[in-house]
Amino acid sequence: MQDTVIESKAPTAKAVQAERTKKTTKTESNAMNAKRSPTEIAESITETVGKPLAQNAKLAMRDVNVYYDQKQAVFDVNLDIAENQVVALIGPSGCGKSTFLRCLNRMNDTIDICRVAGSIQLDGMDIYDSKLDVVPLRARVGMVFQKPNPFPKSIYDNVAYGPRIHGLVNRRADLDEVVESSLRKAGLWEEVKDRLESPGTGLSGGQQQRLCIARTIAVSPEVILMDEPCSALDPIATAKIEELIAELSQNFTIAIVTHSMQQAARVSHRTAYFHLGRLVEVNETEKVFTNPDHELTEAYITGRFG
Amino acid sequence: MTSPNNSKPLSKQAALVQKNLAKRYASERRFKAYGLASVLFGLCALLVLFVEIFGGGLGGFKTTQVALTLELDSDVLEVYDATNPDEILSGNYTGVIRNALKERFPDAAGRKEKRALYSMISVGATYDLRDQLAKDPDLLDTSIDVWVLADDDVDTYYKSLSSVPYAERMSDKQQQWVQNLIDQQEIRTIFNTRFFTGGDSSEPEMAGIRGAIMGSLLTMMVTLLLSFPVGVAAAIYLEEYAPKNRLTDFVEVNINNLAAVPSIIFGLLGLAIFINLFEMPRSIPLVGGIVLTLMTLPTIIISSRAAVKAVPPSIREAALGIGASKMQMILHHVLPLAMPGMLTGAIIGMAQALGETAPLLMIGMVAFIMDVPGAINDPATVMPVQIFLWSDSPERAFVEKTSAAIMVLLMFLMFMNAMAVLLRKRLERRW
Ligand SMILES: Nc1ncnc2c1ncn2[C@@H]1O[C@H](COP(=O)(O)OP(=O)(O)OP(=O)(O)O)[C@@H](O)[C@H]1O
Ligand SMILES: [Mg+2]
Repeated sequence: MQDTVIESKAPTAKAVQAERTKKTTKTESNAMNAKRSPTEIAESITETVGKPLAQNAKLAMRDVNVYYDQKQAVFDVNLDIAENQVVALIGPSGCGKSTFLRCLNRMNDTIDICRVAGSIQLDGMDIYDSKLDVVPLRARVGMVFQKPNPFPKSIYDNVAYGPRIHGLVNRRADLDEVVESSLRKAGLWEEVKDRLESPGTGLSGGQQQRLCIARTIAVSPEVILMDEPCSALDPIATAKIEELIAELSQNFTIAIVTHSMQQAARVSHRTAYFHLGRLVEVNETEKVFTNPDHELTEAYITGRFG
Repeated sequence: MTSPNNSKPLSKQAALVQKNLAKRYASERRFKAYGLASVLFGLCALLVLFVEIFGGGLGGFKTTQVALTLELDSDVLEVYDATNPDEILSGNYTGVIRNALKERFPDAAGRKEKRALYSMISVGATYDLRDQLAKDPDLLDTSIDVWVLADDDVDTYYKSLSSVPYAERMSDKQQQWVQNLIDQQEIRTIFNTRFFTGGDSSEPEMAGIRGAIMGSLLTMMVTLLLSFPVGVAAAIYLEEYAPKNRLTDFVEVNINNLAAVPSIIFGLLGLAIFINLFEMPRSIPLVGGIVLTLMTLPTIIISSRAAVKAVPPSIREAALGIGASKMQMILHHVLPLAMPGMLTGAIIGMAQALGETAPLLMIGMVAFIMDVPGAINDPATVMPVQIFLWSDSPERAFVEKTSAAIMVLLMFLMFMNAMAVLLRKRLERRW
């Protein structure tokens, strides 16, 4: 985040100027929204602007609503995530990005009060089907969390855990190979190849996060969900992970939550903007960051709130 | 820029802060002193306890012996074949010892004085002699110089000579004889092995703690085997599986209530259910262990739940996130991380159970039992009950036995607590 602020300081001032002039034209065209607060605008949103749907959807969400007890956290979200695409989810804090992301591999099942309505399909299969087993689902849809959370076990065991419990490999040599290739893909192999038996918790924060990524890709998931994977990392570690995401996107479908516009712009193909639980806009990343369709998106990416 | 010295006058704010500083530091020092005083008070109490017990109890680990020359005459003994167990068993060893005493102190005249003389040697001496002869049959019809066990009155008197002599139960004549033995260096104290190898006895010089130790170990074994698995399983169910509703709240409140129930109530429960209803025998470690299980379960459940709760949610999420099932998450990640806390709770619960008396009194483990128990259905007593029994005995010599038994019990408790600390250190992992 640090770099974001420094880099964006000067341009933002200019952008705000430019965008103020633009805004007048926009508000004219959008006379209805003239003097309403962002909250009011967000609450009146019923349809996502831009192109939320895609041709070859790996994950297809339709009318997804999520509730914590009585409180609704996500409202009527329709979104497709296309195969081998990186979709960035951005939005102000508390707007429901994590909640939404966690629906995609049913991690919300672990929260008693959380209830999900609507349909989410993975390759045409409803993942909220009552007969569906979450264990294989989570093997197909892996998750990397905001805070690096390696197991208090050795580096090797961390990566080998997934393949072991899913019975993906039987021989030790095969397991070694999976561990090595996963660590290589996560860009960690060179740093840890001589100390695979030392505890994973003894690595630096950035290394731990890459270890967690290696652990996730070791079970060869089809989709990887990342919830602010770089929020605890320095710019160098962040750059490494971003590079990694770009590489992984050739084989995996990725949904990433981020608070860094730069990061979203760098790694994603499409960007989805959330506000107060509503999916406001989905578009090609370039379009979102240069010429967003919705005024809330614009306000957010130019740093007027959030 | 100003130099960093104090030449610049302080601002009003800073001056105010400065003024209050002394007061703040003083109260900080007071705060620290209160804590230190509390710790010192605790240490003093502990020290007094230790000095008191160790001062009174060290003598319990020693026993007094008298040197005698015994004539193992087969006619006196009425043992003609020392390899025959029956004959050995029925031998008249008392006669041999009495003869030796008469020989040693010919001045004992009259029945009363003779009885006084004979009473100076413990009946334990005859058992020792029998065992010695059984082990070495060649000793028959020879004369041997041995140290024989003195009676508890002699023992108490002799040990007290170095400080305040306690001669209430010793006649003048007996005191003279002891003095004579001292002059000839024919009386000594040595380490009391019998204390650690024997069961209880009505004779203080023969009483040992072994029976109570074994009883305690057997009872603890039953308690541990029952309460640890049950407690851990209950804790895991309550933390990981139980839905959060009225019923589980009710269960939780009552587990906490159970932890506060006076232990004697559990004894009554054991008496009513296991002994009266199921007609299990009294005084056995099995029943004692079950009763103590009821008592320690809440402690183990509460500490195990705390340990399970302390496992960071991020670890659970990590496991679930790559597709571990709930059971795999629990077995592979939650249990190993919670284990140190669970073990600590279990050991503290066991230490509590080890020192428990009241519930065991209710189920009859307070009986006078001389045999060392070997199984969980042998009649037995436990260490704290043994202490209670001895402290209640009229013989003076039991006073130091009581202290000695307390020391043994404390040793066990310290050992268990040290184990708890060690286990925690070893198993604790960073995350
Ligand atoms: N376990 C929970 N129980 C109740 N409410 C929750 C829970 N988790 C999230 N919420 C609520 O749901 C809403 C969305 O939260 P969420 O964590 O999805 O936001 P977010 O967009 O990820 O925010 P951030 O960027 O700060 O991580 C918030 O209002 C939050 O208070
Ligand atoms: Mg979040």
